[in-house]
Amino acid sequence: MKQPEQTIEAISVEKLIPRVHAFHDDGYRLVQISSAQEGDAFEITYSFDKDLTLTHLRIIATPEKPIPSISRIYLASFVYENEIADLFGIPFTGIAIDYKGTFIRTSVPHPFGTPQITVVKKKPEAHHE
Amino acid sequence: MSKQIIVPFGPQHPVLPEPIHLDLVLEDERVIEAIPSIGYVHRGLEKLVEKRDYKDYVFISERICGICSFIHGSTYCQAVEQVMNIDIPRRAEFLRAIWSEYSRMHSHLLWLGCFADSMGYENLFMNCWKVREKILDVMERTTGGRIIQGVNRVGGVSRDISREELARMGTELHGLQTDFAELTRIFDEDLTVQTRTKGVGMLPKDMAWELGAVGPVIRGSGHSVDARSTGYGAYDELDFKPVVRNEGDCHARCMVRTGELFTSIDLIENAIDRIPEGDISVPVKGNPAGEYYARTEQPRGEVIHYVKANGKKNLMRHRVRTPTLANVPPLVHMLAGCELADVPVIVLTIDPCIGCMER
Repeated sequence: MKQPEQTIEAISVEKLIPRVHAFHDDGYRLVQISSAQEGDAFEITYSFDKDLTLTHLRIIATPEKPIPSISRIYLASFVYENEIADLFGIPFTGIAIDYKGTFIRTSVPHPFGTPQITVVKKKPEAHHE
Repeated sequence: MSKQIIVPFGPQHPVLPEPIHLDLVLEDERVIEAIPSIGYVHRGLEKLVEKRDYKDYVFISERICGICSFIHGSTYCQAVEQVMNIDIPRRAEFLRAIWSEYSRMHSHLLWLGCFADSMGYENLFMNCWKVREKILDVMERTTGGRIIQGVNRVGGVSRDISREELARMGTELHGLQTDFAELTRIFDEDLTVQTRTKGVGMLPKDMAWELGAVGPVIRGSGHSVDARSTGYGAYDELDFKPVVRNEGDCHARCMVRTGELFTSIDLIENAIDRIPEGDISVPVKGNPAGEYYARTEQPRGEVIHYVKANGKKNLMRHRVRTPTLANVPPLVHMLAGCELADVPVIVLTIDPCIGCMER
């Protein structure tokens, strides 16, 4: 069975807090916050659920510009924000419970945000007669 | 005011099958605050999607978790199929639903055993795991794998279940019903279980919603939130009704899981009765382009698999929001104010799967 189509509303960082407030006041549940690289920037997507329907908000972020935490509206966001900060290196301001980079212990900082691994292709071996 | 001390709980602890670390801030024997930290089993599986063919990655997605592996595989496939606009055969959707429910039963029985063990109830632990073996036997017989099934494919499934085998599974479900009834009676009525779980680890209804709880944690606090209600796959035909309890304590979360054992039996029986004949997979050509958030219900709760692709054989991003991660904020809330001796029981009631959570 085909699943319902999903729409993602792109908004500016400045509009994030008022829009999330509106979702909270309308009784939506925070489902998740995810991050994905898009060129040099990162897409941060906030998903909400009400009456079994998922709704998404998306902002564009860069490691240079901090984005406001929504944990004063949805406390549950602190796990997702700490996770994105640790894995992608995107700073959040005002996280209610801020682990300051120690929530997920990784051997290299921000492993998903900066290229850490270089794949070296093995050279084909010379044929021996 | 008593002096506050910090007691580390984990990452290695007798009740924890997997490593999570909690710093417990105590005043005497009372927990004032619990500060979790993770990262001991972070494998970077999501990153691996950039290096593997999206069809081969199904097998990696199944290995995100060693317990609810099947549903990770099927949800990943569902996300890719949605992006590629693939309509898989109806029989494949029914087979996925059947194996998903067997997977749920084995996960809940594993948890019930661990939960009994956390209370020092060893006999009950062994009984739960004895019954679980019967489920694993069916999984092995029908898929070839007890824990990692490996039958999900983008476009359907790789193995069918014969009519004779379906009939045999139906017969065996009656025996399981008797086993489940006896286990449920013990978890519901036994004085040891009641003393350790009733009124412990309270999560009020409004807080469960506010803190984004999922699965038996939110259903134990009175919310009828279950992704199966969306009717994904074959669930639109299986007469599904979520199990909900209103008490919001450890006992309620336990009883949601025992109730779901019977729901799974009903769903499998309905699926066996209604499964249509036909193909089990469709050929898949080309590469995906687009993005989708697939949502299904795992034993621990709602799971989200996000895939993003740009027409190449490697996906750009695969993000998994596992139920355990969503249940960390409710856990922190439940632990604040509890007795130190109740911490293992409360931690276990979210059914923590750390391998899942860290991926």
